Amino acid sequence: MKRHRRRRTLAPYLFLAPSLLCVSLFVLLPFLDAVRRSFYSAMSGQFVGLQNYRTVLHNAAFRLAVGNTLRFTLLCIPVLVALALLLALLLQAAKDERGVYKTTFLAPLAIPVASIVLLWKVAFHQNGMLNSLLSHFGVQPVDWLQTDWAFLVLVLSYLWKNTGYDMVLWLSGLQNISPALYEAAQVDGANARQRFFKITLPCLLPELFTISVLSLLNSFKVFREAYLIGGDYPHDSIYLLQHLFSNWFTSLDVDKMCAAATLVALAVLLLIFAMQAAWGRKENR
Amino acid sequence: MKKWLLRLGLFLLALVVWLPLWLLLTGALMGKGELLHNLSPVLGEGKGFASWPLLPQFPTLRPLVELLLDTPKFFVMFWNSCAMVAPILLLQVLIGAPAAWALARYRFRGRDTVYFLYIVLMLMPFQVTMVSSYLVLDRLGLMDTLWAIILPGAFSTFPVFLMHRFFAAIPEGVLEAAALDGAGGLRSFLFIGVPLGAPGILCAVVLGFLEYWNAIEQPMTFLKERSLWPLSLYLPSITAERAGASLAASLVMLVPALLIFRFGQRYLEEGISAYGMKE
Repeated sequence: MKRHRRRRTLAPYLFLAPSLLCVSLFVLLPFLDAVRRSFYSAMSGQFVGLQNYRTVLHNAAFRLAVGNTLRFTLLCIPVLVALALLLALLLQAAKDERGVYKTTFLAPLAIPVASIVLLWKVAFHQNGMLNSLLSHFGVQPVDWLQTDWAFLVLVLSYLWKNTGYDMVLWLSGLQNISPALYEAAQVDGANARQRFFKITLPCLLPELFTISVLSLLNSFKVFREAYLIGGDYPHDSIYLLQHLFSNWFTSLDVDKMCAAATLVALAVLLLIFAMQAAWGRKENR
Repeated sequence: MKKWLLRLGLFLLALVVWLPLWLLLTGALMGKGELLHNLSPVLGEGKGFASWPLLPQFPTLRPLVELLLDTPKFFVMFWNSCAMVAPILLLQVLIGAPAAWALARYRFRGRDTVYFLYIVLMLMPFQVTMVSSYLVLDRLGLMDTLWAIILPGAFSTFPVFLMHRFFAAIPEGVLEAAALDGAGGLRSFLFIGVPLGAPGILCAVVLGFLEYWNAIEQPMTFLKERSLWPLSLYLPSITAERAGASLAASLVMLVPALLIFRFGQRYLEEGISAYGMKE
């Protein structure tokens, strides 16, 4: 009996050991080391306190990048979440063709950015297809990728590729609404609009927060779309934090990078705590 | 009347997805001459606007055949992509599945801490761990090798989280019955956990494949040597004169991703909605 017990307590640690060991050695400890380094000078190895953070926060490129990143997330995420909800509702209403359209809207998620680069270039170039189309309406050609318009193209490309992801999240939220609610409403004579505003939306409200935070966290992967549009030298309007990191990496500004990585990690951690708090509230209800 | 509007709306929205895919296909089937003629305003000195016909005038498989038969460089890139993605997925499952099992089916000291840590790490963007990964890889002398991509990818905690969700959903009764029959911890995992949690493992594999087949940041940061670059990084940097080869290569790169998507769509959807499920 005693032997059995001991094995029972040891087993989970054995299962977990390879993963936890690798994660600690490769990810966790190195990151803690990076946090430590953010307080030291990379050149002299001396403790410099918050000096690196001051340098980063006053850096013009950092400010540009943070500004653009915030502008992107504040504009893109609400549209993404709303558009995904619209798609989910449309899918729910379309009974027969639901499968085809669901597959369709999810497909861009699987399309590697690299395979559409040339197509995007031909579409948005100064002499490209979009301008060719607009010229019929007397619009002057615009270089979409190398002017302020690049920001808009980035937002649209991001929406194109990622709306399907949020759509799936909304669909599973819609599925969790009990059909009995709708039946009861129908008996009470509620019309479609009333059912939507009195049942569907309130029931989806708890999902809204989770989906928004997840979309926000996912939006850090926008670098791929930005690379699709701007390559290594993007227009100033789409110069994002991710570009800044890879530039600093090229010049091996280790102390600056450590400080900036710590700042980004703190921001992400705040978001995670916010999400956790919301989950906790949902459970207590 | 309303139904009609709904259908039109869905169709128009779907067109936004279908059109680029269709153009990619026709583009890869355009002959060299036709392609250059159509795209020269963008790629070279041509005047006027570029055009991309919905149907090629003279469809031909030549660009594809040339790419597959006479372009050894393409095979290197394709191989790099495979040599990166396959070990990552394999290691993710081999290391991650037991960890997910431990987190899902055992109560032990430190469990909640580890679980929270894994969630935090999984949500951290690449840029946060970029410097620290570099410092480790550099010390191990792994920079500029495929291992620089494989190892950080293999230790991602996202697959652990995903598989954990599915392992946790296995009914307790099944495991109790196995324990009564004398199955130990390892046997329960291998003969009950793995088969019953297989959808979770597949979710991790499908999402992992799409993620790493499309990897740009990691190889860009850790691979200076161009001969090691995967397709996902090489294709965007291809020069304009080789547009024909680029389009054919785009198609070849797209096909595995779409196939995995087509056959793994169910797992992709389940994997995405796993986030929504509460503990």
